[in-house]
Amino acid sequence: MMILSGDPPRSRVLTLILVVIILALAATPYLFPGAKAMNVAAKICIFAALVASYDLLLGYTGSVSFAHTMFYGIGSYAIAIALYSMGPNWGAVATGIVIGLPLAALLALAIGLFSLRVAAIFFAMITLAVASAFQVLASQLSWLTGGEDGRSFQLPELLRPGTVLIPKSFAGFELNGRTLTFYLVFAASALMILALLRVVNSPFGRVLQAIRENRFRAEALGFRTVFHLTYANCLAALVAASAGILNALWLRYAGPDTSLSFSIMLDILLMVVIGGMGTIYGAIIGATIFILAQNYLQSLMGVASKAVADAGLPLLPGLLHPDRWLLWLGLLFIASVYFFPTGVVGRLRNAGAKPAKDASH
Amino acid sequence: MTDLAATDPLPKPKRDIAPIVLPIALALAMIPFVGSTSSWLTLTAASLAMGMMIFIMASGLTLVFGLMDVLNFGHGAFIAVGAYVATLILLPFAAAMQADSLLMNLAVLAPAALLSMAVSGALGLVVERILILPVYGQHLKQILMTTGGLIVAEQTLYAVWGPQIIPLPLPTSLRGSFIFGDVAIAKYRLLAMLVGLVVFIAIQLVLNRSKLGLLIRAGVENREMVEALGYRIRRLFLGVFMTGSALAGLGGVMWALYREQVHASMSDDLTVLIFIVVIIGGLGSIGGCFIGALLVAMVANYGGFLVPKLALVSNILLMVAVLMWRPRGLYAVTSR
Repeated sequence: MMILSGDPPRSRVLTLILVVIILALAATPYLFPGAKAMNVAAKICIFAALVASYDLLLGYTGSVSFAHTMFYGIGSYAIAIALYSMGPNWGAVATGIVIGLPLAALLALAIGLFSLRVAAIFFAMITLAVASAFQVLASQLSWLTGGEDGRSFQLPELLRPGTVLIPKSFAGFELNGRTLTFYLVFAASALMILALLRVVNSPFGRVLQAIRENRFRAEALGFRTVFHLTYANCLAALVAASAGILNALWLRYAGPDTSLSFSIMLDILLMVVIGGMGTIYGAIIGATIFILAQNYLQSLMGVASKAVADAGLPLLPGLLHPDRWLLWLGLLFIASVYFFPTGVVGRLRNAGAKPAKDASH
Repeated sequence: MTDLAATDPLPKPKRDIAPIVLPIALALAMIPFVGSTSSWLTLTAASLAMGMMIFIMASGLTLVFGLMDVLNFGHGAFIAVGAYVATLILLPFAAAMQADSLLMNLAVLAPAALLSMAVSGALGLVVERILILPVYGQHLKQILMTTGGLIVAEQTLYAVWGPQIIPLPLPTSLRGSFIFGDVAIAKYRLLAMLVGLVVFIAIQLVLNRSKLGLLIRAGVENREMVEALGYRIRRLFLGVFMTGSALAGLGGVMWALYREQVHASMSDDLTVLIFIVVIIGGLGSIGGCFIGALLVAMVANYGGFLVPKLALVSNILLMVAVLMWRPRGLYAVTSR
């Protein structure tokens, strides 16, 4: 239990699901051949870490930030610009990390000190404003960021698909640079999630929860809440930027659509809420459900849309068009905030607990 | 302590005029930088028009927050809905819009604006009942619910009208500019200023001179006390919410005509803008919202003219500057 920081999933079904997800992710390169499956698995890993870091803010401190993709984007762009301008070597990767992470932390510190002083609601609005300004900035400074086109780059030799580390004839399976990158992403994401579990179960994490429940009381107990909230904001930003680095390394590209756009922010919100706020484990579940749906449900919607169009019904083809899948996710989002605000994890934990009367009332 | 006789008038509350002076001082300070008086006048007129339109859109948001502590992240949806609904009338009657007669043009514009307001207001009723009623008093859930509502509304607009940009040309009689000497002021901007002023004065009159306004202002300051005196504040709030939504719809029509195009993504861009305005003004304050809108528009116009590169972040800088000066916005109405 040490590795989980004494915070196990606390539900048999949940444990089973998590084990299945993690094993499936770990075995993806061998179980599901093909580029798409690997892409989906890598995206699940990256988003699980990103969403877990957002959960630290939303679930544990109760403050809504709309700037999380900004930090994610800072990480992505830092590594992309470094590798683009310095060429594919490890020095560039290190430079990207050394510039990207402190930049994200500093910006988070500035935003936190500036807006967390007053009210939580200010924080939400100010992060939204700052994030949108950053987005405009990134698309305008095209000499640096490549504008709308973004930056494509090459990875260091070791991580390229052509590099074969263990040939198939030797051990019965092949380990090449692409698979190695995948395991790098997998391991780094797992480490970040475990580190976040450690943070939320530390005394510091308890203070964050106290602030969420009643900031005034936490202050009265002598905690400097601004300090705690800002610190949490910086930690979340650091993890988000790291996830951004992984994302750019995996895609070999950073651009506004893959790392900065507002729709990613909405995706993160949806994943946290669907998975379960304030659980960290919810991030893994939410990211898995959401990304699987994003990749495989859309084709299903296309089929449904065509079927309805052939049947000659009005309006429905438009509503079921694959591009409109956010509409259904938005409805799902509202429904899940309304009907089960504790998300999948909360539901499973409650079901696993005694079938006694509703504990919340 | 001084004794007050019963006949003495109540002591007047202190007037805080520093924020009022701010936009005027800013405008005057810009004269030497802009250089020529004529371009300064044109820029100032443009700022006033833009500011009035932003004020119309933002006023509902700030009142709703002040009165009921509800922050509606989906406010931008009403703006977009208003703009789209207006196209239902403006596009079929394009012939009347192109006719070179102010009367004909207004005969189409007025019903379109009214319809937009009615639809946005009705949508406000639905949103309040379905999305906001279950989550009163819970900020986190309000933000999540209304954000979800924004996504759904935007996607529905895309599904119904399609993802393309709808061009919406200005009516003929509102095109072009009035020329005074060497100062050119666009006709449509004058109309926007006029409508904005009328809305501002109407809101101020209702808030300060009617019993309804008295109740709203009392509710902003202390909700429980108004309830304890026997008024149904929920119903009052519903009314304010619907009015705010309708005003957002009106603002949407005006903004769409100003830009001469309609697109669902306008709700995203404008949401950020009106949030900045509402924060600058102080949550819940109509006067602050008005000044905030003017300041944002001035910074956008003067900044865009003097240092075009700065325009991208000028709003954020303005917000930072104002909050450094007054951390709760220009006028802090609520104690929250």
